[in-house]
Amino acid sequence: MRCGIKLIIAVACAALPAIAQTYSATHHVGRTPTAGEIAAWNIAIGPDGRELPPGHGTAKEGASIFEEKCAVCHGKNLENPPFAPSLLGGHDTLTSVTPVKTVGGYYPFATSIWDNINRAMPLNKPGSLTSDEVYALTALILFRNDIIKEDEVMDAKSLPKIQMPNRNGFFPENPQYKRGYLQLWFWPEPRPQKKTNE
Amino acid sequence: MANKHERRQFLKGGAVALGLVAAGIKSAPGQLPQQKYETDVASSLSPAGPPVYGVRSHYETVTRAAPVKGKPFDSYRTPLHLQRGIITPSALHYYVGHGSPVPDINPEEHRLMIHGMVDRPVVLTMDEIKTLPFVSRILFLQCAGQNYGMAYQRKPGGVKTVQQTHGDTSCSEWAGVAFSTLMRQVSPQKGANWLVAEGAEWKKHAASIPFEKAMDEAIVAYNQNGEAIRPENGYPLRLILPGVEGMRNVRWLRRLYITDRPTMNAWEINPYSQLRPDGKTRWFDWDMEPNSVITFPSGEQQIPGPGDYIITGLAWTGTGAIGKVQVSTDGAKTWQDASLHDPVLPKAHTQFSFPWRWEGKETIIQSRSIDEWGNVQPTKVETEKMWNVGPDFFGKMNQAFPHYYASQPWRIGPDGKVSNAMWD
Repeated sequence: MRCGIKLIIAVACAALPAIAQTYSATHHVGRTPTAGEIAAWNIAIGPDGRELPPGHGTAKEGASIFEEKCAVCHGKNLENPPFAPSLLGGHDTLTSVTPVKTVGGYYPFATSIWDNINRAMPLNKPGSLTSDEVYALTALILFRNDIIKEDEVMDAKSLPKIQMPNRNGFFPENPQYKRGYLQLWFWPEPRPQKKTNE
Repeated sequence: MANKHERRQFLKGGAVALGLVAAGIKSAPGQLPQQKYETDVASSLSPAGPPVYGVRSHYETVTRAAPVKGKPFDSYRTPLHLQRGIITPSALHYYVGHGSPVPDINPEEHRLMIHGMVDRPVVLTMDEIKTLPFVSRILFLQCAGQNYGMAYQRKPGGVKTVQQTHGDTSCSEWAGVAFSTLMRQVSPQKGANWLVAEGAEWKKHAASIPFEKAMDEAIVAYNQNGEAIRPENGYPLRLILPGVEGMRNVRWLRRLYITDRPTMNAWEINPYSQLRPDGKTRWFDWDMEPNSVITFPSGEQQIPGPGDYIITGLAWTGTGAIGKVQVSTDGAKTWQDASLHDPVLPKAHTQFSFPWRWEGKETIIQSRSIDEWGNVQPTKVETEKMWNVGPDFFGKMNQAFPHYYASQPWRIGPDGKVSNAMWD
C-alpha cells in the first residue's frame, strides 16, 4: 500500500510536479481551538492537578452547598445516604468479605474527587457547579473523612498535595504498558508475547 | 417471559435448521403451509411497498435483556444463544450505562477536539473526519464487569441464561479513522505517553489509555456494521480499542487529550479495578483475557432427549486470535478440541462447535479457550487457586469485580433441562 503510494508520487513527481502536491500523508483539516475552548473542555484532572482551574473553597463553605445540592442523595451531613454511595467510613473494610470502597477509605488521589464532582455531580445537573463550589465540596468530604482541617483552603496548589489514606493500596505503582508484552491482570508484570510451540 | 420465548424459538425450528438435532424432534403435525395469495399480492402491490429503511419481520421478537433489578448498572445484554456467525446486529449490541442517559447528538454540531501535548491542536467536524483515510475491522467488545455482583447472581432467580451470564459482549464491524492517522495531523510531542479519551454525554465518561496502544490499533469509529453507530453505542463517534475492556472504548467521543500520565478518574479507580483479599487493588487493565461460552445447550434451554447434538459456542480474547477451544462434557475432568469456524479473526468473536452424544445422564458441560500465545481460560477452581482464595470468595463478592472470566459450566439435568452451575 505504502509502496504503491510512493510509486504514484514518484511517477507524478517526474511527470507533473503539480499533481504530487495533491496527496500528502498529513491532511490539513479542522481548525485550531482557542485557549478558552480548550480550558472549557479540559476537565480530566491528573494526580498532579495540572489541569485544575483557578478557584478555592473550604469545608465550611462546602457544608451549605452540600445540604442544598447533595444531601438529598448522599444524606444530611453526609450520613445515612438514602440513594448514593456513602461518602464516609469504609476505612477498615478493604480486607473483609464485603469491602466498602469510599472516597476517604479507597481513593488514592484527592484530585479524583474534584474530577468526579465537577464532571458528574449533582446527578440531575452534572457540570453545573462552579469551580469554587467543587473545591468547597471536595474540602468538605476530605474534612469529614479526617483528612484535612475544617478551615483548610483547597485550591489548585493545595489539593494535589493531600495524602490519601489508601494512596499506596494500588499496584502496579505506575500504570504502564509495554508494546509487545501481554498484560493480564493475574500477572503482576507484563510478559513478552511468545507463541507456543505445539 | 423471555425464557418462554427462547424455548419456543428453539423448538420451532432454529435447532433443526442448524442441524443440531438428529433424533427426537419431528416436524409440527399438519400440512405444508399454503401460500396466501390475497395477502401476499396485497402487500406487494401496497402503495407503500417495503420500507425504505428495513425492519425485521414482525414474527421476530428477540431483544436485548433488560437491566436486572437490584443490579447497580443498567446493562442491556446480547442474546448470544441466538447468534449464528460472529456479527452481532447493531440493534442487539450490548449496552452498559455509566449513569448518563443516551445523549441525542446532532452530528452537524458534534466536534472532536484533539489537544494537549501536540504541536497542532485541532477541532474537527464530522464531515472533516470523514474526509480522512479510513480503516475497518471486525472486533468484539466486552464489558470488563460482565460478572458484576456475583453475590447477586447466585440468588434464586438471579442469573440463569447465557444472555444473562455473558451477554455483555458483542462483535461488530467498526469503521472510521485510525488514531494514528489523526496523530499525524496534530504531531504529538516527545513524552506524550497517554491518551485521555472523553465522551460528550452528561457525565463525560473518560478513560486513560497508553498512547502506544492507541497508536497501534485504536480507531475513531463512526460506522458500525455498515451504517452510522447506533445512539446507545456512541453516535456519532466512538473510540474503538481492539481487545481492551469495553469502558475504555469511549462512546460519544468528543475529546482526545494527549498527556504524559493517566488522569485516574473515579471509574478507573473504583468499579474497574480488582480489590484483592489482602486489601491491595490491581488497577489499569487493558486486554480482555481468553474467554468462551457454550451457547447451545445453555442455561434454561431444554434438550428434547438422549441423542446426537452439536455443542456450539463463542470464544474471544483481547490478546489476539483464538488458538484453540476445548470442551469438557464431564465436569472439567477431560477436555477435547472443538472445531473453530471461519473466520478466526484477532480480537473478534470466534464460533466453535463440538459433536456430542447425550446419553440422558446428568452431567456438566463447559468450554475453555486458549489464545494464540497459549494462555488458557481457567475454570472457577483454577481461578480460586490463582487468587489463593476459598470456594466462597467470588460467590460472596458484593461489589464490582471486573475481569472474572472462569469457564462457564452448564448442568444438564437427567430430564435434559440446562442450568447455570457456576455457583453450585
